[in-house]
Amino acid sequence: MENKFTVSAAPHIHTKETVPGIMCDVIIALAPAAIFGCVVFGYKAAVLLLVCIASCVLAEFLFCKAVRKKSTIGDLSAVVTGLLLGMNLPSTCPVWMAVVGSVFAIIIVKQIFGGLGKNFMNPALGARCFMLIAWTSAMTTFNNPLAGFGPDAVSSATPLAAMKAGEAAPSLFNAFIGLIPGTIGETSAACLLLGAIYLLIRRVISIKIPAAYIITFAVFTYFFANKGGMSAWEYTLMQLCTGGLMLGAFFMATDYTTTPTTSAGMIIFGIGCGALTFLIRRFGGYPEGVSFSIILMNIAAPLIEKATIPKSFGQRGGKSK
Amino acid sequence: MALTFKGGLHVPDYKYYTNKSPVQDIEPAGLYYFPVNQHKGAPLSPIVKPGDYVKVGQKLADTEEYMAAPVHSSVSGTVKSIEPHINNFGLKTETIIVENDGKDEVYEGVHPIENIDALSKRELLWVIRDAGLIGLGGAGFPTHVKLNPSSPIKYLIINGAECEPYITSDHRRMLENTPELIEGIRIVMKVLDVKDAYVGVETNKKDAIIKLREAVRYSDDIKIVPLKPKYPQGAEKQLIKAITGRNVPTGKIPADVGAMVVNVDTVYNIYRAFKKGMPVIERIITVSGDAVKSPGNFRVRLGVPISYLFEQAGGFVEEPHKIIIGGPMMGFAQYSLDVPASKTTSSLIALLHPESVYDEEMPCIRCGKCVVNCPMRLMPNKLNGAALNRDIDAAKKLNILDCIECGLCSYTCPSKRSMLQNISSFKPEVITAIRRENNGK
Repeated sequence: MENKFTVSAAPHIHTKETVPGIMCDVIIALAPAAIFGCVVFGYKAAVLLLVCIASCVLAEFLFCKAVRKKSTIGDLSAVVTGLLLGMNLPSTCPVWMAVVGSVFAIIIVKQIFGGLGKNFMNPALGARCFMLIAWTSAMTTFNNPLAGFGPDAVSSATPLAAMKAGEAAPSLFNAFIGLIPGTIGETSAACLLLGAIYLLIRRVISIKIPAAYIITFAVFTYFFANKGGMSAWEYTLMQLCTGGLMLGAFFMATDYTTTPTTSAGMIIFGIGCGALTFLIRRFGGYPEGVSFSIILMNIAAPLIEKATIPKSFGQRGGKSK
Repeated sequence: MALTFKGGLHVPDYKYYTNKSPVQDIEPAGLYYFPVNQHKGAPLSPIVKPGDYVKVGQKLADTEEYMAAPVHSSVSGTVKSIEPHINNFGLKTETIIVENDGKDEVYEGVHPIENIDALSKRELLWVIRDAGLIGLGGAGFPTHVKLNPSSPIKYLIINGAECEPYITSDHRRMLENTPELIEGIRIVMKVLDVKDAYVGVETNKKDAIIKLREAVRYSDDIKIVPLKPKYPQGAEKQLIKAITGRNVPTGKIPADVGAMVVNVDTVYNIYRAFKKGMPVIERIITVSGDAVKSPGNFRVRLGVPISYLFEQAGGFVEEPHKIIIGGPMMGFAQYSLDVPASKTTSSLIALLHPESVYDEEMPCIRCGKCVVNCPMRLMPNKLNGAALNRDIDAAKKLNILDCIECGLCSYTCPSKRSMLQNISSFKPEVITAIRRENNGK
């Protein structure tokens, strides 16, 4: 008899979810904050975002060509990396630096370790930290969106740097909406939260890491931070809305590849990120610390995962109710 | 509140194709195929010869061993031949072919068991054995062996969860044979000497829950337990967990924690065996899927080739891409329509295209969905790695033996990795290694 039916092992149905689909969701979720950044920081921000995305995709394409692998740009992960990296740059960053950073993210952080799913560090964050160390002043010059755009742009310190230096911080409302100096995509806590809600509803991310991260950080900050003249509540909320904490907690600390897959591991990971961010902001040389703390926890992720392998159903055994 | 277990996932259930269609009788076919071995246990041998005349309910194959369940003829007619024929695992096995004469003459040995209360436990179990009863939910384990556990049973659970997508045969059984089912449960309670029974039904079968509750409202020995619709809610261990809160430890059987799970259709057939004297010769089969013209539930005499059943369901809309016996999560894909319906054939599913196509595997992006959803709290991503590397130690540490092969990891993987396939093909190697180790000691 002719063989006309497909025969394969169970299961015979699969979820419609795909890797490009997930990446697409992340891009959609990042869009509000990215668009907001382009609006408040002007066309230069848009150019930077596009340059980052284009150079990430191109770098991935060329790398695959060079090592004779099938091109992996279709999985859209390079687009996400480019977008995230762009959102982590100040709008004043020179274009060539953005290109170097993108290539670093894709080639050094991601592809050399085996590409999608194999990198041990979030590529966008790895590149950002590299750029922060390599070109510190260019990476920490921010425009103040309230003081004018283009030729009128006035560079000013981020709220966190200002607070650290004991200067006046912007109003909490401006910080929440995003009318503060900062990188292109990190300023608007409101837009980022909107995107985060989308990801949570679509079940792309679970709440565990962001919740553990934010709660840990907030608790430490509330009780132990040097608050200057501000009230504890105001200071804590200010800290939460600034310095890319929302971007980090919802979009970068939740990166699948570089975080534990176990539930307990995710919570430990989030707590670690929160504690490290607090330590860096409170005692460190940098006013921010989200990027470094996530990267440090990324490195610890395999160990955390190993230590939190769940007890299997059978091991829980016995008659306990 | 609907009960459930931790993990698992609500898979789109596609039950709307058939859950409202009453069971239909079908025209008898000409040839009936009875695979000699349909159960797990000692192999049977035919006790009829080609040319013999057999009647409805007459034994066709049996063995002297206790750990086996005989096979009976579902029609009357002449044994045409005994030859290798394809079964639902795609293997050619010894099969008794009976040519139906359409007279439906019932075998003389078929008569109700009188005075059940006077029978000893051993006699009760023999009635069940002689009726050819096996786990009709798909397990195929001889029922009389299961109903004779070594430790006392506290929780008797009747499995009406039916968590696999598409299948509605148990659903229709609960709706259309409610009194018989309840009577069957009482017989099982007598055999096991338990005072209570729990019938677990997913809440996507509200009508069945209402009907069952109505049937037991004057007594409190049988409790109807609504369960959250979630795959694999009908898996033995998950069902026990949901209803009793007990975990069956690795390598143990439910009886070790005082629980026993029996499928509703098995219970119904126990009723038939005692009250009608009729062995397992027919069952409800759901014929469903987007390739079937008029999907439905059919009362089918066992032994009919599945091609005939698809014909009865109006044939195909279009040439199907995949034919599955059982559910789409754990069922078996078929390459031929000559396969006969056997005792454990709960459904036939024909899919047009698909969903059932295997995309190219992408790298694991460590999204953790398999870990979150695994009903056995395993790490399928790591087990998959261990299986691909043939790393027995790692697989053992990751509790590969706990895997119930529900397939949720493969289902849920956005990278379309064939995790279950890798894990389940590696499991026998691990089991062999463990046996060897234990023998060395």
